[in-house]
Amino acid sequence: MTEEGLSKIVRTVALLLTAPITVLGLYIIAHGHLTPGGGFQGGTVIATAIALMLVAFGSKRVKKAVGKEVLSATESLGLIAFIAIAFLGMGSTFFSNFLANAGGLLGMSIPSGANPGTINSAGTIPLMNFAVGIEVASALSLVLLLIYFSGEKEGKKGGGKK
Amino acid sequence: MKSFTKALVLAVLVFFLVLAALELRPFGMPQKSAMDDYIIVKGQEETAANNLVSAVVFDYRGFDTLGEATVLFAAVSGAYLLFRRELK
Amino acid sequence: MIAVLSQNLPFVVSALLLLIGMYALLFKSNLIKMAIGLSVMGSAVNLFLIALGYRQDSIAPIFTNAPLVGAVNAAEMAMPVPQALTLTSIVISLAVTALMLSLAVLTFRHTGTLDAEKAGRLKG
Repeated sequence: MTEEGLSKIVRTVALLLTAPITVLGLYIIAHGHLTPGGGFQGGTVIATAIALMLVAFGSKRVKKAVGKEVLSATESLGLIAFIAIAFLGMGSTFFSNFLANAGGLLGMSIPSGANPGTINSAGTIPLMNFAVGIEVASALSLVLLLIYFSGEKEGKKGGGKK
Repeated sequence: MKSFTKALVLAVLVFFLVLAALELRPFGMPQKSAMDDYIIVKGQEETAANNLVSAVVFDYRGFDTLGEATVLFAAVSGAYLLFRRELK
Repeated sequence: MIAVLSQNLPFVVSALLLLIGMYALLFKSNLIKMAIGLSVMGSAVNLFLIALGYRQDSIAPIFTNAPLVGAVNAAEMAMPVPQALTLTSIVISLAVTALMLSLAVLTFRHTGTLDAEKAGRLKG
């Protein structure tokens, strides 16, 4: 695995592109109940931004910036938040949408038929989108980091007996 | 495995695919499904979401999404477990 | 026969992709090529699932700025349930591919070769 990364042009463009890619991923997650997209798709886009940083900068510099423990903690937090939101609707059933059409936070009713959507609708669906998006982004970045970082110890060992 | 066995497996797969292709309905005319008709007609007023696919994934079929998120979590923690010896 | 084939073109393409993936899985002995073959087979199945749920002359099941007139008729929109099940299938095949590639990397570090037949021999 490369330790120094690629040339200076690639590094500059990768730094410039990281912020728009992350904002695009967050936009796809946040509008999941209005346009095509949602939690899984937006989480994969955010993981692409971290993969771009890994390829352009090499494993030595990324190791100082992002750690494995942080990504592992956010992945667990995402799954716990998803299960907690499912348990909160336990008044009627498990996974019931108790915020839709209720008038409070995220509870506006929408007219039937074709309409431009509003974000303030659809109950627990935007909250679940965020939880799943954070979980998928952290999981994919963690797998990439594991394969990259474990290649530093071998050095000149070359993989054992032939 | 010899290459005759491999070619035989591939030929058996082709045979079963052709057999299945004769039973399919034409493209664009699926069977009438009462569940999908109910979701299209009533989905917008029950879940207040414009995107019916998100409403199906997170509201009508939320249990499948819970299983899928757990499978992804288990696979990634399995990969973490495999690399523990190299990272110490 | 050609008319029937050209009308059901998505199903034919899905079957071809399945055969290509199966060929890569059977006839190649490199571990990375086997992983690529399994991933192609997963993509073929996902394409088949989505192609099953299409109604003729229908729009996507989304109401935001949709070209509808008045209340919706159930035959005007494509079926949303096969698309939801395809999402689950894509994520699970992604998890399996990640585990397979991790095992391939570990096999290379332990035995020094990526060939499936040479790496499976017991030593001593």
